[in-house]
Amino acid sequence: MRLELRGITKRFGALVANDHIDLVVEPGEIHCLLGENGAGKSTLMNVLYGLYEAEEGDILLDDEVQRFAGPGDAMAAGIGMVHQHFMLVPVFTVAENVMLGHEQTRGGGRLDLDAARAQVREISARFGFHVDPDAVVEDLPVGVQQRVEIIKALSRNADVLVFDEPTAVLTPQETDELMAIMRQLRDEGAAIVFITHKLREVREVADRITVIRHGKVVGEASPTASDAELASLMVGRAVELTVHKDAPTLRDNGLRVTDLVVTDEAGTVVVDGVSFEVSGGEVLAVAGVQGNGQTELTEALIGLEGDVTGSITLDGKELVGRSVRRILDEGVGFVPEDRTHDGLVGEFTIAENLMLDRSDGPPFVRRGALQLAFRDRFAREKIAEFDVRAQGIATPVGRLSGGNQQKVVVAREMSRDLRLFVAAQPTRGVDVGSIEFIHKRIIATRDAGVPVVVVSTELDEAVALADRIMVMYRGKVVGIVPADTPRDVLGLMMAGISPEDAKGEVTA
Amino acid sequence: MSTPESSPGTDPGQEPELDPGTAEELEQERARAATGPVGDDAADTQTRLAKALQQTMTSPWTVSVGAVLLAIVAGSIMIAFTDEEVKAASTYFFARPGDTFVALGQAVGGAYAALFRGSVVNLQAPDVATALRPLTETLSYATPLIAAGLGVALAFRAGLFNIGGQGQMLVAAAAAGWVGFGVSGVPFPLHLVLALVAGIAAGALWAGLAGLLKARTGAHEVIVTIMLNYVAFYLISYFLATPGLLQAPGSSNPKTPPTPPSAQLPPLLGERFNLTWGFILALLAVVGVWWLLNRSAAGFAFRAVGENPRAARVAGIDTGRATVSSMLVAGGLVGLAGASQVLGGVTTGFSSDIDAGIGFDAITVALLGGSSPWGVLAAGILFGAFKAGGSTMQAAEGVPSDIVLVVQSLIVLFIAAPPLVRAIFRLPDPARRRAPKKARAARNRKEAAA
Repeated sequence: MRLELRGITKRFGALVANDHIDLVVEPGEIHCLLGENGAGKSTLMNVLYGLYEAEEGDILLDDEVQRFAGPGDAMAAGIGMVHQHFMLVPVFTVAENVMLGHEQTRGGGRLDLDAARAQVREISARFGFHVDPDAVVEDLPVGVQQRVEIIKALSRNADVLVFDEPTAVLTPQETDELMAIMRQLRDEGAAIVFITHKLREVREVADRITVIRHGKVVGEASPTASDAELASLMVGRAVELTVHKDAPTLRDNGLRVTDLVVTDEAGTVVVDGVSFEVSGGEVLAVAGVQGNGQTELTEALIGLEGDVTGSITLDGKELVGRSVRRILDEGVGFVPEDRTHDGLVGEFTIAENLMLDRSDGPPFVRRGALQLAFRDRFAREKIAEFDVRAQGIATPVGRLSGGNQQKVVVAREMSRDLRLFVAAQPTRGVDVGSIEFIHKRIIATRDAGVPVVVVSTELDEAVALADRIMVMYRGKVVGIVPADTPRDVLGLMMAGISPEDAKGEVTA
Repeated sequence: MSTPESSPGTDPGQEPELDPGTAEELEQERARAATGPVGDDAADTQTRLAKALQQTMTSPWTVSVGAVLLAIVAGSIMIAFTDEEVKAASTYFFARPGDTFVALGQAVGGAYAALFRGSVVNLQAPDVATALRPLTETLSYATPLIAAGLGVALAFRAGLFNIGGQGQMLVAAAAAGWVGFGVSGVPFPLHLVLALVAGIAAGALWAGLAGLLKARTGAHEVIVTIMLNYVAFYLISYFLATPGLLQAPGSSNPKTPPTPPSAQLPPLLGERFNLTWGFILALLAVVGVWWLLNRSAAGFAFRAVGENPRAARVAGIDTGRATVSSMLVAGGLVGLAGASQVLGGVTTGFSSDIDAGIGFDAITVALLGGSSPWGVLAAGILFGAFKAGGSTMQAAEGVPSDIVLVVQSLIVLFIAAPPLVRAIFRLPDPARRRAPKKARAARNRKEAAA
């Protein structure tokens, strides 16, 4: 089925999220929708899926104008969507999830699970998915859960499939498998819309590329275009994609973590016997798929975890058992994974947020009173130095874009005398321009002789910043390898395979 | 699905999040380019006016004022319905409808005139002092409301809902009262100070207990403070009925002895008025709380914990300590209200109803005042005026004083539903304030890029 979007305009109040967007997706084609976070890709797809109603423009399927009042209409018309966050009921089986919303019943209102099972088996066999219809969804790996989403869409005879940022939660290997599935679906004649901001994936799988910026189509690109070309089209200016850094100059100070075990409130061991060392002047990147203990590891470093055994020493001083305040006082800078929840007070001004972790004494506080003049001078200096784009220092941080919010956090954490810098997902949800800036500052911190720990689930980022890469899987360290380790070895390590076996598998 | 307006900045995949700063700059540049140097001033004034108007329309204060207006309108309807003359005139409405409207006007106008006469200034009075007496009555009713309102507002800013005003007032009144009539031989200012300190400390400890339980065990402060209200009420009732504790000697009533003059708050404007120095203490408390919240390190920590406890914790702020100390201060403020009652308001001895519902009215005052110290001052005075004027309304116009309470309650109801007030007055939603700016920014950027 041929999908055409003609002049779609979607406004939120006076904000134009989609501005006369035209898009044609032919059957048997993978059409990539490339754009930064917030460019309007998801809004456009939500219009297509009937979740939003566009003010202007038409949706055409095989040249017939469609009117969707809700996702039900869109599904009935043959549009299937694989969401970034899975829309599955975790405690249901695969078959139950697939039939959810269009249950077939037998006499007396009994569910016809056998029909659903048969359908799952049939689709699973056709595409080689290997999905057991009776498996409970929450027990399945993320990659398989995503296949259940695809089966759901296919079971409703979708001819147009939309994949909304599908690779964010996958290991590189799972990503490769997904791409193979997408190609297979394309070859069966489906029209596929693939939404992403990852350039590598685009070039690998796309037949055509449409780039969206600030709600408008800014151009088409061919899959043969270079990363730099695609990035500059996406951002609107030339972008430095690689992080330039010299060989590290190691110092003998640093962080030493020994046999660290963190148990969460439910009693589950989330960090399991982790040991590593980071010297001053070196970046250790912690790679791994989301949820393999990285978050808890960084929180243990800063003293946020309650149940911790083992040892964390910084320049010989033990940090385990100290309060967050005392760890900060030891010179630890911390960029939390979720800046809006853990890093910033949204209602507070930029100036207030810049002193958030220094309200305990001079120079920001003297004799119990805030030093407003100092605070404001400091804030003005920092927003200039860190290029925070805002009306002024009195702007509430909640009003800033993700990139500018992150720059506020980074500015705050980097303006103390650091002896260790820990950054978790430092560029998540941040625009490309700010990513470039934040990466440069992290390397500058390293070059100043500070040990740096960066946690990233984006392998590209981990590789770009790291001097060494530590891969975590289910709370354990799979291995610590040099930054120039091949991607596919790293990918296998992220699935829990030891570096030796991974190398063997890759060369074999 | 949440719409982008409802979750600005939290959903990165939804809409362009552009910073208002550059939007503003570009805007100004454009304005300058368009109008040239001559028209610059005019354009500037215009945007400033528009901005001021925008700010007024979206300020929470406008909602508060709107809520008061709505409540007064609703109150008028109540007055009209309960007025005997209106009822009488309406029985022959179709014969002479004019009578009904005259009666309506008289009833409503008369009632609000009486409210004004009883709470602000009595123009029928023979001399200036008597004319201004209603205002001093308002302020003296407002005194405990302001102090207790500050206590609720401060806790609220630290993210805690202090429902325990009643209990905190009762223990404070008991402590202050006991130091008042139980300790003798201490001269005037010292005795008063001792009694005040005892009251404030008792209130602080009572609320601090809830804070401590919350910080240490995670017990919810709403439940704990409510239950502590019961504990305080029945404990004080028991003390009041037990000779040798709070009960006046030789009496069988559950009532304390009177407060001796050496422990009384002296009158502020002479013996003719009920207003005491307690009002000055309340004003000092307003300034103190303002300083604490906006200028002190402790207040910074309170607000950080109140707005985002997780971020506060990550930033090394001891959230438990902030919880306990904010409740201590909050309880101390409510304690001041309780102490000012027994040392200034009711000096003839008190019983277990000494809190007079102020502990709960304080929640209303704090909400109406937007949890800001100056807002609490204004809201406290407004409620004081309702209390002072309510009795005049009843005495002069025969309006049931319950109707005054209905008006008060309606104010709270309307305050609690800002979208309702905004819808009725067609005020813009502050959450949407950003959207136009962003759109302009997007446009500007596109133009700049083109």
